[in-house]
Formats: sequence, C-alpha cells, structure tokens
Amino acid sequence: MDASVYLIQILNSIQYGLLLFLVASGLTLIFGIMGIINLAHGSFYMIGAYMAFSLSALTGNLFLAILLGIILSVILGIVLEWLLFSRLYRREHLEQVLLTFGLILIFEELRSIIAGDDVHGVPIPAFLNYSIPLTENQSYPVYRLFISGVCLLIAGAMYLFIQRTRLGMMIRAGNTNREMAQSLGVNINLIYRLVFALGMALAAFAGMLAAPVSSVFPGMGNQVLILSFVVVVIGGIGSVWGALVAALLIGFADTFGKVFVPDYAGIAVYLLMAAILLWRPEGLFRRA
Amino acid sequence: MTPLPKTLQATFLASALAIALFPLANSPFYIELVTKIMIMAIFAMSLDLLVGYTGLVSFGHAAYFGIAAYAVVLISPKYEAASLWLTLPASVLIAAASAFVIGLFVLRTKGIYFIMVTLAFAQMVYFLFHDTGLGGGSDGTYLNFKPEAKLAGYTLFDLGNTRHFYYFVFALMLLVYLFLRRLLQSPLGRAFIGIKVNEHRMWSLGYPVLRYKLASFTIAGGLGGLAGYLAACQFGFVNPEILSWHQSGNVLLMVILGGMGTLYGPIAGAFAFVMMQEYFSALTKHWQLLMGGLIVLVVLFFPGGLASLADRFKTRGVKKPVVAEAKHG
Repeated sequence: MDASVYLIQILNSIQYGLLLFLVASGLTLIFGIMGIINLAHGSFYMIGAYMAFSLSALTGNLFLAILLGIILSVILGIVLEWLLFSRLYRREHLEQVLLTFGLILIFEELRSIIAGDDVHGVPIPAFLNYSIPLTENQSYPVYRLFISGVCLLIAGAMYLFIQRTRLGMMIRAGNTNREMAQSLGVNINLIYRLVFALGMALAAFAGMLAAPVSSVFPGMGNQVLILSFVVVVIGGIGSVWGALVAALLIGFADTFGKVFVPDYAGIAVYLLMAAILLWRPEGLFRRA
Repeated sequence: MTPLPKTLQATFLASALAIALFPLANSPFYIELVTKIMIMAIFAMSLDLLVGYTGLVSFGHAAYFGIAAYAVVLISPKYEAASLWLTLPASVLIAAASAFVIGLFVLRTKGIYFIMVTLAFAQMVYFLFHDTGLGGGSDGTYLNFKPEAKLAGYTLFDLGNTRHFYYFVFALMLLVYLFLRRLLQSPLGRAFIGIKVNEHRMWSLGYPVLRYKLASFTIAGGLGGLAGYLAACQFGFVNPEILSWHQSGNVLLMVILGGMGTLYGPIAGAFAFVMMQEYFSALTKHWQLLMGGLIVLVVLFFPGGLASLADRFKTRGVKKPVVAEAKHG
C-alpha cells in the first residue's frame, strides 16, 4: 500500500474517533457528575441521525435541520431529566441500567413507528459535496474533513466552557465533590439538568453530523453506545480529556483493524480495552 | 440463607407439581414454551448468584450462555449424534473457563466500570462469532443431531422428544436451584454474600475477595453455559444473537422482575418475562414499546420484584392482628 492509502485511513480514523468523542464526552460527564449510567445515550445518537434525515428533508437544508435538531434534543433532554433521570440519582446502578435499557426499547420502537425500519441516506450539502484529489485515482471527501473540523471546534469550545467559565467551574466542582459544591451554594439540580441536556445534545449532534456518511438505520445507536462505553473505560470516568485520547485510540484501532485484519476488526477495539484494563484498571486518565 | 417461610414452601410445591403435570395438557406449543422458560430460569438463577448474592452487576452474562451453545454445536460431529454425557460437561466447562479468563480482566473493576466492562467483553465474544467464520458468522449454524443420552448401549431418554426434553430441563432446573441453595449455605456461599454486603470488611477479615469473586463469576458462567447448552439443544440452531447484549439485558430483567437475591424470584421472573413477551408480541408488532414502558414502570415503582409481593403479603399477614389488638386495646 502506498502513502496516500495510509493518509486516507489516518484521516478516517481521526474523523471516526472525533465523532465517538462527541458521544462519549457527554456520557463521561453524565457518569462523572451525576453518577448515572445511561444506556439510552446511544439512542440520542440515533435520534439525532433520524432528525437530520427527516428535518433536512423537510427544510431542504442540513444545517437548518441540525440547528432545529439541537434545540429539539436539548428540550427532550431536559424533559427526560425532569421526568425520569432526576428520580434515579439515589438509586443503584443496576436500576439505572434497567430503566435506561427500557428507554432504548421505547426509543427504537418509536423510531420504527415514526420513521419505519428502512435504511435512509441523507444528502451531503452541495458546497461540501466534493473530494480533494490525493493521487491520480484517489481522493478524499471534503465532508469527512468538515466533520473532523467541527468536532475539533466543539472539543475546543467544551474545553473553554469547562475550564474558563463560571458555569464550567460549577460543573467541575460538582464533578469533584457533589455535597461540597452544593453546600457552597451551587444549584446542583440545575447543573445536573444542564449537563444532561448538554450530553444528550452532543450525542444527537454527533448523530446528525454522521448521518450523511453513515446513512440512517435501525439500531445504529447501540453500536455507538457500546464503543462509547469502551472509550469511557479506557479514558477514565469523568475525564473529558481521557475521552478524547481514548476515542482517537479506538478510531485508529477500528479503522486499521478493518484494513489489516478484517475478520477480527470487531474484536480489535475490545482487545485494546482488555490490554489497557490490565495496565490501568481505572482508565488512562483517572481522577485522583 | 434462612429456610423459606411456610406459605412460600407451599407455593413452591404447588408450582413444581403444576410444572410436573403440565405436559398432560398435550399442547406441544405450550410444552416447548414452558421448556424455553425453564431454560431461561436456569440462566436467570445463574445471574442471580452474581447480582443478587455477590453484588456483581454483570451486563454481559449472555456471553457464557452463547459460548456453551456454540460449544455444543462445534464439538458435535456433523453427521451423527454426540453423547450427552460428553458434550454437556464439556460445554459447561468451556463456558466456565471463558468466565474465568474474562473474570480475570473484568473483576479488576468495580461499580459502573464493571457494568460497562462486562458488556464490552460480551460484545467482544459476540463479534468473535459474528465476524469470523468460527460458527457460520452472522448466519449462525445448525446442530444437526441432538445429543444422545445412552447408557450401556441403551437410550435412556430422547432429547428430540418434546416431553422427554421438558422433563430433562425441569430436572436440571430443580438441580440448579438446589445446588445454588446448598452452595449459598456453604462457607463459600457465605463469603459471596459477605462480599455483597461489605467488601471491605471481608477484605480486612482476611478473605481474598478477588478469588471469591472469581469463583462466583466462574460458577455463574458455567451455569449460564448449562442454560445455553439446553437452548442450543432445544432449537438445534445457534446464531450470534443469542449472545447479544439484548439477551444480557433480558436476563437481568428476569432477575429484577422476580426479585434478586432470592433464587426462586428469578424463576418467577423468567416465567413472567417470557409470558409477557409472548402476550405483547401477539398483541402488536410494536410490542417492544410496551415491554420498554413496563420495564420503566417496574424500575420506578416496583424495584423489589415479584418476590417482594410475597414479602408484603407475609408481613401483612403477621402484623395485622397485632395492629388490630393495639387499636382495640
């Protein structure tokens, strides 16, 4: 294989990893701050993708669809937190797992009722729908570069938001010590609702971005959910930085696994996780 | 484990009798359905050992079910029946050995991590069978001949016969129940329960907690494998879906629905779960919606499961006269 093939695979790995990061960062924040294990997180990825499909068909513009989709998913996130998740904080993980498992079934079935069980494609916006030629017969689609760029922007914005703003400071305080933050006057319930809605919106956004490349299909959220779990396990719970590193690692392991050992690509990611578990059971970037 | 209350014992005997007499009903469909439920009950009891008695919430228990199911298919010769006495222990051992190896990894983690890592390892096994040609890939593969139960050249019973298989599974379900009850009364089982109640205390008392957890994980994996073996025998077919994470979720639901940490609860849970599945799926194509809604409601309002109903009934029965006396006096 020549260099351009490697370049294409590297770019694909980065794009895939960054997309996973968007999903996993919300998951890890919700774990870290709210102590909740949310299996339905992947459903939001699926919901996002389907919103991109139906709203872009409705409005004729993917970006308008994404904007509307984000607003809708934030609202849905807030409602869910208020209706269900706020009752789960003091419950055991087992019950959280089961309730959110039930939610997955509900979301998948609603998806089947509303949008059907067919695979749908989402058109790439015209001005991004071209490829950059690399060699005579190989080229790279610009939309994939666009995905990576947007994800990097969001990662940067998240870093600034969490490290440099007052609200971000409250989130970090809640992440470190819930009771202490609360006793210092931080409205922890509001923070919870915010973080939950933010996490959901990030997952939905990832789904919307991915829809034109991956197409929209039933069960698409589950695969992403389990990989996000692997990302969180490798990165360490609550660590956004860890999630970024781990997501990229997974992106590379999966993409190159598919190139070199296609039969075992599905396992490659989990083997990586097993190796890291042996080395650091609490993840690469565990909190002190 | 304390002896079961009298009312429960009576319920138990009555249910066992009902199950034993059920094949007289002469409806092959329902006999097979109840067989399937009893297989799931074995599976659920094996998970209860982990979740309800050792405090390990495994979300990847379907892996061992599936490994044993694949094992019996793969070790059976293609054109003749294998021996039950050989394939059954071999499949269970393979499942237990897999649980032992995976346990070495997953037991290094706790809490939320443990849930996610067990799920991830189960998913790894899923892809092992799904992506490679090992067991026919995503199409699955057939068990052409059901294992034979021969003793000295004489066939004791025929697993292909619906009734014979029904009683075989029934006997195994009772055996597994009695085995687990006995195990939990033994020092080993008491250590498991101690770990669930307070792991640090067990540690400081000098118990090698990790080894005990590994023992529990291995036993549960082996028994889960027994259920998988039976499932493969019943349907004569395996595909990767039998070790998908939905299967892990479903069995966890059976345990919770019935009441974890009771052993008889998961049996009741398996019955309730499969019956509901049958009922809902006959009702509408979108039955998963009903199932999901029910799960959410159970978790929110009914966390103790069916076993807590028995408890409530029992305490009500005991307390009522006392309260009444106090009021009148």
